[in-house]
Amino acid sequence: MTAALALGDDALVLSHRLGEWAGHAPVLEEEVALANIALDLLGQARVLLSLAGDEDELAFLREERAFRNVQLVEQPNGDFAHTIARQLYFSVYQRGLYEQLAAGGGDFAGLAAKAVKEVAYHQDHATHWTLRLGDGTEESHQRMQRGVDALWRFTGELFQPVEGVEIDWPSLHTDWLATVTGVLQQATLTVPTGPGSGAWTAGAGRQGIHTEPFGRMLAEMQHLHRSHPGASW
Amino acid sequence: MAAVTADQTTQGQARGTAQATAGGPDGPAGADVAQQAAFDAAVAADERIEPRDWMPDAYRASLVRQMAQHAHSEIIGMQPEANWISRAPSLRRKAILMAKVQDEAGHGLYLYSAAETLGTSREEMLDKLHAGRQRYSSIFNYPTLTWADVGAIGWLVDGAAITNQVPLCRCSYGPYARAMVRICKEESFHQRQGYELLLTLGRGTPGQRAMAQDAVNRWWWPSLMMFGPPDDASAHSAQSMTWKIKRHSNDELRQRFVDICVPQAEALGLTLPDPDLRWNEERGHHDFGAIDWTEFQEVLKGNGPCNEQRLTQRRRAHEEGAWVRDAAASYALKHPAPTRHAHAPAHITEAPHTEMHQAEMHTPPNAEATA
Ligand SMILES: [Fe+2]
Ligand SMILES: [Fe+2]
Repeated sequence: MTAALALGDDALVLSHRLGEWAGHAPVLEEEVALANIALDLLGQARVLLSLAGDEDELAFLREERAFRNVQLVEQPNGDFAHTIARQLYFSVYQRGLYEQLAAGGGDFAGLAAKAVKEVAYHQDHATHWTLRLGDGTEESHQRMQRGVDALWRFTGELFQPVEGVEIDWPSLHTDWLATVTGVLQQATLTVPTGPGSGAWTAGAGRQGIHTEPFGRMLAEMQHLHRSHPGASW
Repeated sequence: MAAVTADQTTQGQARGTAQATAGGPDGPAGADVAQQAAFDAAVAADERIEPRDWMPDAYRASLVRQMAQHAHSEIIGMQPEANWISRAPSLRRKAILMAKVQDEAGHGLYLYSAAETLGTSREEMLDKLHAGRQRYSSIFNYPTLTWADVGAIGWLVDGAAITNQVPLCRCSYGPYARAMVRICKEESFHQRQGYELLLTLGRGTPGQRAMAQDAVNRWWWPSLMMFGPPDDASAHSAQSMTWKIKRHSNDELRQRFVDICVPQAEALGLTLPDPDLRWNEERGHHDFGAIDWTEFQEVLKGNGPCNEQRLTQRRRAHEEGAWVRDAAASYALKHPAPTRHAHAPAHITEAPHTEMHQAEMHTPPNAEATA
């Protein structure tokens, strides 16, 4: 089931990346908050992957090319600002997506209705930190701007329609742009434009084309499970 | 007895008993004696000492030392287990482990807050940790080498922590006792999860069983050391018992732990690495072999396998996070929020106010995970 895999992989991969912050967060409250978000996403991933098959087989035994997540979520954490920019872009997207799915009454309506509450908190968290970092100190402003700029090219892919996800994709994009623009402006940040025509942009994650860091992430994630074929844990 | 500071004298007015006697015409020395008497009486009567009550300087210092060490242990203790989050072999185990590591961060938060009621700030305590002037539990200076170590830590390390901490729920200092009630509930989840992880490995493939036995072999002795030096060599024990910060001696608690673990190890189908371990009918307890206190002292001195690594990671996270904390403080100055608690330190106001609440109501994955 393409749709469950696409949405499930997004949640699984981002959860994994956020889990990498454990023990490294800039302040103790963020240890709790980032783990919270990672746990929400992992919970969503488990429901979604279970719709498509066995959650552990899908997570631990698929090759890189079989993953259907967008490239945005697999990007390494970078500094805290980079992680927050990724969170902002993704949580605004996921909230819009789940709101439409919840209202639509299709296959994902139940899951989306529950998850949208979690995602509203994720968006709130990302928004607050974007404001603090953008409008904090000179250094935090620069770092936040760098994160926002670096990840911008990965956002176009978010709005490629996913087969089996029956929503209004153009309005998802319009709403996302309006929300993100509003937050960035309030945070005194420059809203990225482009990329210019001819520049490389991300966009094939849904087709199983990923970026280099993703293979390493999977190697680490899958290694133990694959080392003991057939074992249960 | 050390001199009572003006500040503490003022605080002493909050306790009715202290007020009645301290307000008398005896002068400072007499007030001192009266306050001390009121404190002693409160402790003897098993009343809780609260932050605004008068307390002896040495009691305060002893609590700060112990609570800071406890808080530091929670946050340093995240590292060995977080080491396995990215490699957890099933999504269910990954959720359990992430929730556990998150719980430990939460325990750190409660304990730093409880310690702050004694007039020290989290910032100060962290600085002392980073400078090596306050300790954390030596157990976390051992490495987690395999996945089974996650189970062994839950079963033995959280298990030893519970044995140590359940009596602290009746500690004479109110905020510490209350924090421990909350923490102990979660620690017992952790202990059961660790046990269940090992049980699964024990019933698994030969490779999984070997992994479980190896982990228990490595974690057993360090877990026994968690109860601290033997009673005749324990520096702070006697005074802490009189103050009812501590209720049982190190050796008593260690014995209790051994007696609990032996049947559990049998049920797991794992052996404990001690040839001298046997039931002593006469004592009604298990006898066990001699602990290598030289190793304990060495790890305490900083010579354990991971002392350097743990402290370096902690310092680095703190240093690399400085610009984030600065940004939050600067933003809070530019945009003061009216609902913010006036006395909350900057690092608390950084986090959106919903976070802790969210953590507590975070039942969906946690509940599934801890079931
Ligand atoms: Fe804990
Ligand atoms: Fe624990």
